[in-house]
Amino acid sequence: MIEEVLATARYNAKVDPSLGIWTWEIAFYLFMGGMAAGIMLFAAWAVLGSRRGTLPFAHDRFALWAPIVLSLGMTTLFLDLEYKIHVFRFYTSFEPSSPMSWGAWVLVLIYPLMVVQILSTLRDGYPVLAGWLERLPGGGWLLDICEGRRRTIAWLVVPLAVGLGIYTGVLLSAFSARPFWNSGILGPLFLVSGMSTAAVLPLLAGVGGGEKQFFERSDLGLIAIELTLIALFLISLATGAAQHMQALHLVWGGEYTVPFWLWFVLPGLLIPLLLEFLALRGNRLSGITAAVLVVAGGFMLRYLMVEIGQVSTWNDYAIQFDPQLLQRLMP
Amino acid sequence: MTTFAMVIDTRTCIGCGDCVVACKNENKVPAGLNRDWVVEATRGEYPNLETEFRSERCNHCSHATCVTSCPTGASHYWKDSNIVLVAAEKCTGCKACIAACPYDARLIMHPDGYVDKCTFCHHRVDQGLEPACVSSCPTHCMHFGNLDDRDSIVSRLLRDRRHKVLMPETGNRPHVYYLT
Repeated sequence: MIEEVLATARYNAKVDPSLGIWTWEIAFYLFMGGMAAGIMLFAAWAVLGSRRGTLPFAHDRFALWAPIVLSLGMTTLFLDLEYKIHVFRFYTSFEPSSPMSWGAWVLVLIYPLMVVQILSTLRDGYPVLAGWLERLPGGGWLLDICEGRRRTIAWLVVPLAVGLGIYTGVLLSAFSARPFWNSGILGPLFLVSGMSTAAVLPLLAGVGGGEKQFFERSDLGLIAIELTLIALFLISLATGAAQHMQALHLVWGGEYTVPFWLWFVLPGLLIPLLLEFLALRGNRLSGITAAVLVVAGGFMLRYLMVEIGQVSTWNDYAIQFDPQLLQRLMP
Repeated sequence: MTTFAMVIDTRTCIGCGDCVVACKNENKVPAGLNRDWVVEATRGEYPNLETEFRSERCNHCSHATCVTSCPTGASHYWKDSNIVLVAAEKCTGCKACIAACPYDARLIMHPDGYVDKCTFCHHRVDQGLEPACVSSCPTHCMHFGNLDDRDSIVSRLLRDRRHKVLMPETGNRPHVYYLT
């Protein structure tokens, strides 16, 4: 038996008794980042496949959602910073060993690319917006340029959007100090989950006909891949070193078993999988329900991952100190 | 790279916590926050129990994951040594370094929000002095010095005595050593 007890007072805020530095803000950012990547990929897919006839929403209108979604995520990311006034420091250096630094700089590439992707189909998708832009000097010329290079832009979107989606997972998996996160599968898992949550947005926006079927079928496939990746993720923990097995225990018999399986896997993946089968057979209500559940499940995946990862640790000290005692000493 | 090390004799440490108080005084660490702490580790089955006290802090790793994960370069090595510092003026409070430290040795300095940690009292080391915790230890169980100097007290102790570091399997190459 080994018992390790903190003999002196230590109760550092957000570090003790277990790490709690990141909460919903980071989870929401990772969720929105993945969703934005998915939106860009579907829009690029429709252009590269010349699917304007069969996928009009994805081809002409979907791309505009990406910067809105990503910006909402960036807002909560900013809210999470403890020293907000120093946010500009992300752009005064580039640290190649830091995934977060890569993420900050990739966003500098992603945002302009999002804009040109939108402009490449703006006249067809949002003629009113295109009209406003054409009234500005050079606006019409810019639209012409982007439309003329629509396929080139779509080709550029693919690697960067895949990178953005994978990055949201790598941000966590790069921390070897947190065994639950430290798996290379997190990158692909978050990418596929991001694409899945993006695939249900057109269903919520009310697209119909063949396009509705395309997104339902796509989401069905993506959920199946996501389930496979989650199984591989759990297997990689189960076959890892002692601290990985300990981390697995958190969702396999431990304190996060119920949230992980009953709040995420069942309502966020398995039930939508079933409902989307029914939706493909014409049940409209089940399609909408599945879409809502997929979005909620996508957020729950990030929320639980962020939280469980912080609980998994190499340290295992018992803390005797009661921080409330300190409050009594305060004037 | 100069390698500074702290060597702590668990056979003479009595867990009094003077090192913790000395650090708080020297570095003006706010109430409720700690850069160092003492762990009482008991192993065995009653009545065959063995207890060791360990004064713990940042391990000033030569391969510090907190430094490699910092997106702004705020976490850095001091003067080409293994002493890991945080430049408050570059810190955004993103907390990546806190997540990256397997020893949970970092803390957030409220209300400003920058991340703080043990500095091995580099301001004292710069003047040829020992860190405050080492100089205040009443049992002289703590030692500090340059590992590159074969004649330093830390080199000699590590040469002569059985020792360990905490969780070497993290790969961070920590430099707080415990004589056992």
